[in-house]
Amino acid sequence: MNLALKDINHNLGRFLLTCLGLSLLLGIVLAMVGIYRGLIVESLGLVRAAGAQVWVVEGGTRGPFAEASRLPGDTRIAIAAQWGVAAAGGVSYQNVEAQHRGQTKRLLVVGAQIARPGEAKSVDEGRPIIRSRYEAVVDRGAGLMLGEQIKLGRNKFTVVGLTTNLVASGGDPVIFITLRDAQKLQFDLTPAAARREAARSSGTAGATDTVNAILVRLMPGVDAKRFAQDITRWKHLAALTQEDQETVLARSVVDRARRQIGLFTTLLLTVSTVIIGLIIYTMTIDKKKSIATLKLIGAPDRRIVGLIVEQALAMGIISFVAGAALISAGQGYFPRRVVLELTDAAMLFGVVLAACLIASALGVRTALRIDPASALAG
Amino acid sequence: MAEPPVVEVRRISKHFGEGSARVDALREVSLDVFPGTVVGLRGPSGSGKSTLLNVIGCILEPSSGAMRLSGELVYDGKWLRADLRGLRLEKIGFIFQSHNLLPFLNAWENIAVARILAGASPAQAKGRALELLTYLGIERRQDAMPGELSGGEAQRIAIARALANDPRIILADEPTAALDSPRAGAVMDLLRKVATERRTAVIVVTHDEKIFDRFDHIYSLRDGALTPPIAA
Repeated sequence: MNLALKDINHNLGRFLLTCLGLSLLLGIVLAMVGIYRGLIVESLGLVRAAGAQVWVVEGGTRGPFAEASRLPGDTRIAIAAQWGVAAAGGVSYQNVEAQHRGQTKRLLVVGAQIARPGEAKSVDEGRPIIRSRYEAVVDRGAGLMLGEQIKLGRNKFTVVGLTTNLVASGGDPVIFITLRDAQKLQFDLTPAAARREAARSSGTAGATDTVNAILVRLMPGVDAKRFAQDITRWKHLAALTQEDQETVLARSVVDRARRQIGLFTTLLLTVSTVIIGLIIYTMTIDKKKSIATLKLIGAPDRRIVGLIVEQALAMGIISFVAGAALISAGQGYFPRRVVLELTDAAMLFGVVLAACLIASALGVRTALRIDPASALAG
Repeated sequence: MAEPPVVEVRRISKHFGEGSARVDALREVSLDVFPGTVVGLRGPSGSGKSTLLNVIGCILEPSSGAMRLSGELVYDGKWLRADLRGLRLEKIGFIFQSHNLLPFLNAWENIAVARILAGASPAQAKGRALELLTYLGIERRQDAMPGELSGGEAQRIAIARALANDPRIILADEPTAALDSPRAGAVMDLLRKVATERRTAVIVVTHDEKIFDRFDHIYSLRDGALTPPIAA
């Protein structure tokens, strides 16, 4: 005979309503963890889609995502000539706002060279870019269809291919165009005064043939780390392996989001613990006479503790399962990608169980202090 | 040969506080209660009735004296058993003024819980509960929740719970206080039946003069001292 379950069954409506409230809190916690995971997956998705092993960037920077990096376009030729390089491609990244069907869309424009590292690799529908001008491959999140045109800067681009879940760390869908178009777009978007300044200047400051990074694919057997170290000796260049770039993105670019989400998650879990603690305490106070009677007729402390702790755990488990079900069902409706991983859910479940145990401490303390003689008082 | 007493209280005293704040709740109380007898304890409020019941029930530690329950010396200047709850479970059944049934258990579960606490399996405990419900004539109410029972029915379930582990001693704290005369009489009849048929010693604390004639002996307590018994 499980006294905890019997008591829950006796006050089932109140218990389930409490669980419903808690499940919303725990669901939000799970969603926040899912949003963080989504943020990482989206950020890494762009890096991984580039298909590079080494990222060559401006010396002294960890670009192009963590900080600005600018290189002359012809650096690519020097890199491509290095021993062990299978292919090298210059890429540029810039955020733009474009008008489409009366709506303003924020997009991350990736300028890449055809058939070189950096171009859109995983085109699910349509084809990659094969013409040097005015073609685009765009993520489905942008809401564009194959064959549609979108105006970027002064030019119209025809959508020839679609990708899935390829967005920037800020959630903006990615649009691939050729590097030449991207450089033009960058120039076109500059205000007239700056454009005139660029035309008057000499060197890279005024040049339009600049890239943000050069992506390198190595021949089989070439050590990426070693290659990156060799490039770094050039002083004006820096190089990151794919692993380094992923670490930079995961730790630096999404670090603030991680800390914010971590803070909210901790706060919500603390609030949940306090709520469970107060509810269990109230339930214990409601059962004071029953607990005194049980003690008087001979129930050992472990039975009394079991009664309180099992109820706290039942509350945590039911609320967690309900919260997880709620978020699983509604994850498609979130404005950001929510990635629910089993390990995260398992970890949160463990934290919730620990929180339930902590929360039940006050109830247990109260229950153990109840004098069995109080059962005899009328 | 006469049976030995089930409850032997020898020169038990209990005081609260020290110095000028000292209150003597019990003063060298001695009492023997024999199997099959129903004994009443009466006295004004603050006379020490509840204190004596708590001491015999091993809920409250006396200040001095000795006590033997069903032949076992349990107190001799200090408790001689560490597991007092186990002792209560094994030797004593309690009946309360307001029945104290657990509101989240039905009638038979309220009885079975005492048996389960003593280590019986759920099936054994249910069998025992149903047997006691039949013994006390309320088997038809076995599935009723406490809130659905009348005062008299609830008190019968409480008596059944007190009997669940076949204790040699039943301590009842004003068991008829919340009942009208016919129901109070019925409860006392049941306690008499239990005492006679099961050779149980029943000690009842009461103010209820209507039931004074139901006791074998009535002891009075005044200022913590016990007066000699009056045969009812």
